[in-house]
Amino acid sequence: MIWQQLLNGLTLGSTYALIALGYTMVYGIIQLINFAHGEIYMVGAFVGLFLVIETGANIGVALLGAMAFCMVLGMLVEIIAYRPLRGKSSRLSAIISAIGVSIFLSTLMVLIAQTNTRRYPEVINIVTYEIGPVHVSSLQIIILLVAALLMVGLQIMVQKTRVGKAMRACSQDLAASYLMGINVNRIISFTFAIGSALAAAGGVMVGIYYNAVWPYMGTMAGLKAFAAAVLGGIGSIPGAMIGGITLGILEILGVAYLSSSYKDAIAFGILILVLIIRPQGLLGKEISKKV
Amino acid sequence: MDALLMQYFDPYYLRILMLIGINVILALGLNLITGVTGQLSMGHAGFMSLGAYTSAILSMQVGCPFYLSLLAGALVAGLFGFIIGIPTLRLEGDYLAMVTIGFAEIIRVFFLNFEPGGKAVGLSGIPQNTSFVLVWGIVIIILILNTKLLKSRTGRALYAIRENEIAAESSGINTTLLKVFAFTAGSFLAGLGGGLYAHYMYFIRPQDFGFMKSIELLNMVVLGGMGSIPGTFIGAVILTLLPEMLRVVAEYRLLFYGALLVILMIFRPNGLLGDVRVYDIKRKLQRKKVGAWPSSSN
Repeated sequence: MIWQQLLNGLTLGSTYALIALGYTMVYGIIQLINFAHGEIYMVGAFVGLFLVIETGANIGVALLGAMAFCMVLGMLVEIIAYRPLRGKSSRLSAIISAIGVSIFLSTLMVLIAQTNTRRYPEVINIVTYEIGPVHVSSLQIIILLVAALLMVGLQIMVQKTRVGKAMRACSQDLAASYLMGINVNRIISFTFAIGSALAAAGGVMVGIYYNAVWPYMGTMAGLKAFAAAVLGGIGSIPGAMIGGITLGILEILGVAYLSSSYKDAIAFGILILVLIIRPQGLLGKEISKKV
Repeated sequence: MDALLMQYFDPYYLRILMLIGINVILALGLNLITGVTGQLSMGHAGFMSLGAYTSAILSMQVGCPFYLSLLAGALVAGLFGFIIGIPTLRLEGDYLAMVTIGFAEIIRVFFLNFEPGGKAVGLSGIPQNTSFVLVWGIVIIILILNTKLLKSRTGRALYAIRENEIAAESSGINTTLLKVFAFTAGSFLAGLGGGLYAHYMYFIRPQDFGFMKSIELLNMVVLGGMGSIPGTFIGAVILTLLPEMLRVVAEYRLLFYGALLVILMIFRPNGLLGDVRVYDIKRKLQRKKVGAWPSSSN
């Protein structure tokens, strides 16, 4: 029983982690809580659905298509709504701008797709394997594999490539990176593109896993993923992964052993407790204040 | 008095004016926390729902007189603000934002499962005791008290915390005490606004006080101009009127609302009246007079 719950939690948590990565990367570079990120995830789920229904694409094509679409969308959002604000306004104005984008995107999707919940048609035939006491569906395996692949890929990109090095430089000091000849605007665009693509992948997989896609799915998922990013220590990429998985597992365990009607409260309650004990999050660095 | 007003004014306009008044009270509370003291709170609607539910339950099920239940609602919200204010001593910026979001969500889920509060269906049949005069009377009192507070030594200490906490602390300001004070006072006002809202709307549900409501209130503070009382007032007026005016575009309403938020932030990044304080305007006017004097004497 407990192993089954852990597996379900891991599956849910890995999708939280995919969304949380976008929050944490953007935050790491420009200290913006990108509230439109949950909506990007929602748009990703819809694009995947559209591809599957209209073109009969398989899960791989739907996933890649949604990721490509959201890459462009994420970059557009950054150029239109955040770039004009950068450098000349408080961080709060940028947050309000992000909220504006979030309201805009979810309303746009309501106008396009109506408020009712859509279902994914059967994209893969689900086979359930029994491994010891645990039932693993082929869908769960796919989700875990894709999530792991994306996260390892991201980690390699950030740590080993030139762009990744530029991203790390920007997250340490934007102004100094600019002086060193890094095209800061391009790096920020790139960060938004990568984060949005990961969120889109999360959206498609959650859509298939829970068999439900609706225009307001981004709000709660966005909040939970932000909670995961903060739990892991915002700005830290491994932190977002660990935070996402921890939150997913704790949430599933909470539902299984405590109460399902308090599902959303459990995630946030744990978060508050962790932050009170460890204000910088699980993997966040303790920042000493400079005077 | 309200009956008299009803004779001369369209009830629709009166209703909007009432909602503007209630939103001004709520936004002024948040302004104290986020605008003035600089502690980003994204869960103001949670405190509002505490006030709304407490006062509604007291006046419906316990039979308390209206003013007493209103006060009790505000006090409960204030008490929770005090309790939440304590972790803010340790948390900063966006971690604090997350805690306030989380707290508001926990309250919402609590009321979704709270038997006396009618669970997800909500409470209906709350006596409609909130009157136009009461709301605007409270608005005026709060405006006066708020202006007085922000002009005082304490008010300037609060601004100092926002501008630079370390500098404020080294100037001998008890930042911990003042941050908790700002949180408590802001939540008290949220509870008061919530109580008035419940006794005006007749009917409350947990989803009325969700994340979007908190965001709406935050928008009022930021749009008007952080820390500015006239700014917050104007922000509350505009953002209450805007959805009503956008009714023309029917289902595209929220689309325009979202786009307008982005556009406003691009063109007025520090809010419409960013940091305009009443006494700054006064001083500016006085300065002009002084500047004009030598030329007139020549």
